[in-house]
Amino acid sequence: MEPEQPSPDTEHESLHEEAHLPSPSLWPIGFAIGIVVALVGLIIDPLFITTIGAAIAIVFGVLWARDATRELRRQPVDVEPERREAAAPAAEGGAAGAGLQEPVTRSVFLEGATLGLGGVIGALITLPVAGFMILPGFIRQKQHKVDLGPIEKFPVGSWFVATFIVNPAEGEVSRRAAFVRNNGPVAENGKQVPSFTIISNRCTHVGCPTQANGPTGAILGKPTIKEHTANGPVQFDPVVPAGYGCPCHGSQFDIEGNRTAGPAVRALDRYDFEIDHGRLVLLSTYSVSHVVGTGAQAQIYKYKHYDPGQHVDGPEQWFYPLAPPHH
Amino acid sequence: MANRQPTKAEIRRQKMEELVIYPIDWLEERSGLVGGIKYFLFRNVPSDINWMQTLGSAALTAFLVQAITGVILAMYYVPSAATDPHTGKPVAWESIVNISDNLTLGWLVRGMHKWGASVFIILMFLHMGRVFLFGAYKYPRELNWIVGVFILLSGLLEGFTGYLLPWDQTAYWATVVGINLNGTAPILGPWLAQFLRSGQEIGLETLPRFYSLHMLILPAGIIGLITLHLYLVVRLGVTSPPWSKEEAGGEPVEADEPARRRGLTQPVPRPANGTRMQAEPGGRD
Repeated sequence: MEPEQPSPDTEHESLHEEAHLPSPSLWPIGFAIGIVVALVGLIIDPLFITTIGAAIAIVFGVLWARDATRELRRQPVDVEPERREAAAPAAEGGAAGAGLQEPVTRSVFLEGATLGLGGVIGALITLPVAGFMILPGFIRQKQHKVDLGPIEKFPVGSWFVATFIVNPAEGEVSRRAAFVRNNGPVAENGKQVPSFTIISNRCTHVGCPTQANGPTGAILGKPTIKEHTANGPVQFDPVVPAGYGCPCHGSQFDIEGNRTAGPAVRALDRYDFEIDHGRLVLLSTYSVSHVVGTGAQAQIYKYKHYDPGQHVDGPEQWFYPLAPPHH
Repeated sequence: MANRQPTKAEIRRQKMEELVIYPIDWLEERSGLVGGIKYFLFRNVPSDINWMQTLGSAALTAFLVQAITGVILAMYYVPSAATDPHTGKPVAWESIVNISDNLTLGWLVRGMHKWGASVFIILMFLHMGRVFLFGAYKYPRELNWIVGVFILLSGLLEGFTGYLLPWDQTAYWATVVGINLNGTAPILGPWLAQFLRSGQEIGLETLPRFYSLHMLILPAGIIGLITLHLYLVVRLGVTSPPWSKEEAGGEPVEADEPARRRGLTQPVPRPANGTRMQAEPGGRD
């Protein structure tokens, strides 16, 4: 080797002059496999497989020991030198220079392998965990039906504040309230079907509970109705509303839920419902931009469910092009 | 005088010193930690620094108070929105009442955590104002301002998530409003709101989710950011007040100061033959 051009390798080695490391060897791998086979054999077949494993371990162990002691026995050690020519300058880089160059040096390969493998292992751990953090809130959201009991208790044209538990398994935290009015029977496909107006009390500003503006309870001289249905206790407070108002930021709504004042962005949400064996059953909520008319004749501008504060019509709806799936 | 025997007291004193110094030396030799701490505590700062420049340390202390009291409160608090079948009241709220009313000194630690939260936020804002008015956000410290902004945001998120935990009417409705405010953000708002609720409605999963964010995820983030913040403070030095006669960047520049010191206030002159650019003689190693 020419002294004028010390390669990085010789520099590197000179730092470890005192270290007498054994030359690289593959025999320990065979030795380790032999040990593993012998140990597994102790469980499966001590006589046969353990013998094989022990034999493998002994053979490779001897080979390893021979290899490791070559220097002591003063036999030549043939270590394949690492090739790392300096990159030829592009100006003189002809076909000869390109042929000598390794496309990927060992250190570059190891660097890439470390980063790549680390990335794969990291992703294998992170992705399922992140998915577990985020996805359960979005998929398999159940629809809950709320049984409000027989419809006979609702006199036509009277309002009630109904409070109920949406999901008995969750308990109090799923307690909701709605303003319910029986609009009387209407003709549909030649049949008389009951019509209800069921308005969610959740304000469409930021979700506070709106209250009915008007007398309720004892002043009216009407009793509060308490029942027990499949959803647990439900309660109906008679009320004569002139509209609804929100205590948080002062939004006001008329009795059909149209916004009349305040920061709310749309009319109050409503519940879909069905009549099941003469019982009123609440289904999902849907959003409403506004309502024209009243009672059974009301024309409801219906949209799928949006959270409070999100516009369903006008240019502002473009801010919310992708709502999460809703039951 | 020179050859007199040391008295018994002197010998004892010498032995005691050795007893103290030995473990410190042992630690220093194996970790360098002692030198690191000495470097951190005894590094030079401008001679005319101001009491206003202690606001950052004060905010750090407030955070440590929050961390310590929070860890202790977590031993007694139960993050469950379920209803206690015996009393008909929410379990989380009952555990808060228990901390405040029954457990010895619980009222004090909960009070420290509750009021300390506001102290932490206020001190962060005061610290931010000091940095702004002193011009300490300028080159080369812009990155530290940005890191500080993220610490402030994380602190505000701590306030938001912590507010729900008492699970009373104020907590519940403030969080309803807060989540729906998040929901009005364009495009991703509805998704963010549903992530925070862990579902379409606030339910049993919401409270544990806020608890986890409040006491695990956000504090871990804040600790990491504070570490980075302090690293940059030590690396870049403390700024002088605007009225200072000294150069910004800490200690006066001496003739044999390394170039990187001068780099804090003025561009480093680059040698013509490019000795600084000599880093890669033989390609990658």
